[in-house]
Parts: sequence; structure tokens; C-alpha cells
Amino acid sequence: MHIMEGFLPATHAIAWTMVSAPFVVHGVRSIKKKVDEHPEAKMLLGVAGAFSFVISALKLPSVTGSSSHLTGTGLGAVLFGPTAMTVLGTIVLLFQALLLAHGGLTTLGANVFAMAIVGPFVAYGIYRLGQQRQWPLALSVFMAAALGDLATYITTSVQLALAFPDPTSGIIGSLAKFATVFAVTQVPLAIIEGLITVVIVNVLTKYSARELAALKVLLRLEVKA
Amino acid sequence: MGKRNGLLLMLALLLVLIPLGIDFDDNGHEPFAGADAQAEGVIQDLAPDYQPWFTSFWEPPGGEMESLLFAVQAALGAGFIGFYLGRSYERKHTEAAKEQKASPSLGASSR
Repeated sequence: MHIMEGFLPATHAIAWTMVSAPFVVHGVRSIKKKVDEHPEAKMLLGVAGAFSFVISALKLPSVTGSSSHLTGTGLGAVLFGPTAMTVLGTIVLLFQALLLAHGGLTTLGANVFAMAIVGPFVAYGIYRLGQQRQWPLALSVFMAAALGDLATYITTSVQLALAFPDPTSGIIGSLAKFATVFAVTQVPLAIIEGLITVVIVNVLTKYSARELAALKVLLRLEVKA
Repeated sequence: MGKRNGLLLMLALLLVLIPLGIDFDDNGHEPFAGADAQAEGVIQDLAPDYQPWFTSFWEPPGGEMESLLFAVQAALGAGFIGFYLGRSYERKHTEAAKEQKASPSLGASSR
């Protein structure tokens, strides 16, 4: 889902940066508040960031014959809320843009919007919905992580389609092309992301129950566990 | 829980392995090319005249150095998660042992 450096027209690059910036600012505030209230959650915040760091470094094969990577943003969104994950995701994307030439500074805003805003918000929304409907915890987490991952890749496809409409079939036509590359490849990978996120949440609920209970979002987790 | 996690991880592994077993008609293209690079190709098809207007300040010099950096990224993340989980695991066990000491009747019955 990394849009390469320079591959969005300047107007699009600037627009996505302006859309993403307030989320990052809100996220920094929300992390500060969480850490002030629950200093013991600092390490767990590190785990959420590290999870996205590892998982987005691994390119996995897909049944379409191409490969892509996971985003790892579902875990942080469930644990700390969506905008906290925006900040962690932005750090991951910045590292990849600067050191790996994956993505870029001009496309950072757009990439942050796809991976660190839409992904976490979809994941968080689905998680909350699952909790409201009293789905089993594993199902809520699985659906949140998998659909958040998929939403990120659909967003990237839309961003590219808006920037590069097909000369004959327009935005819809190019959306179909980009979605074939990104979204279809991502379906099995999104399932993998869901499975792995459930495993890590299982381990955390067993060994870090106290930290989880300290965070408000996770009171429900504790009750269920 | 251990069994259930094992099953979930096996399932994830299976999803990774299945594509490797499929015989794709690559037409001489690199098998399992990255989706990001493929999207670049689609852009070039849609807008052949588009010129990237900005290039990275720095690029890893060559594929091997890129692999190195990706491996470092994964290792750092995995190392931190491993450290955290090991610490939580140990702490939980130490606490459980302390609790047992605090209530000797329970401790005695388990021996």
C-alpha cells in the first residue's frame, strides 16, 4: 500500500497531508493522556508499535501470484484507540520512507491516511461493534484486524484512482485496476493479519491482564477473559 | 489457550504456504512481485507521460542492502515483543509463586 515517492501529483500529495495532519496531532495528545494516566501502559504501547513494525516488514505471497505486507494496525487500535495508532503507524511509515525508500515524504500524508487512519478507525469501529453485539472476543479482534487491513488497501486503490483516472473509463475504471492489484491480493493476507492479531491478544490477556485492565478500552476484555 | 493459538498460527502458516504451491504463469516476470511495484506499472499504463516529481533522498544501495534493512526492521520489532512477553510471563509466575507462599495451606496441599 506504499504509494511511491513522487507518484502522487503535488495537489493530491498536499491535500492528503492536510487531511492526515489533524489525526496525528490528536493522536499525540491521546497518547500523552493515556501514558500520564497509565504509566504502566507505556511498554504495551511499544508492543503495539513493534507489532506493526515487524508485520509490515514481511512481504507475504498471495494467491494472485504477487506479494504484499500486513499493516499490524488493528492491535494498537483495539488497545489504545484509533488515533494513538495513527501516531505509531506514521512512525513506521516514516522509517520506511527514509531508510527503505518504501513510500515517500511527498506521499506520506496519503499513506498515513490509508494505513494509519482508515485502517485503525475501521478496526476500532468493528471491534466496538463486536463488543456491543457481544461477539466472542476472538471474533471481534479477528474481524477488526482483518477488515482494517483490507480497508487500508482499498483506500490506497481509491487514492491512486483519484490521481490517475483511466483515459476512457474514468476513476471507476482505474479503481478497478488498482483494486485488482491491491485489494484482491490482500484478501488472504487480511485473514492472516486477523489470525495473528487474535494470537497476540490471547497472549496479552493471559500475561498482561493487569495492564490491559488499567486501560479503559480493555475493561471489557478483562470481564470476558 | 496454547493449543488454540497453535491452531491459529498453523492456519496462518497454511495461508502463506498455499500460494507457494500454485504454478503461476509468470510470463518471465518475477514471481510474487510486490503489489506496490505492480501499482507503479498500472500508473505508467494509465498515464504514460506522468513523471514522478520528487525522488527519495536516499535509497538502499541494491537489493541485498534493502533486505538487510527489512530484516533489521523485523528483528527490532520481534525483539521488543519477545522482551515484553518474556518479562510479563516471568512476572506472572513470580507473583503466582509469592501468592502460594503467602497462603501456606494452599502451598502445602499442592505438594
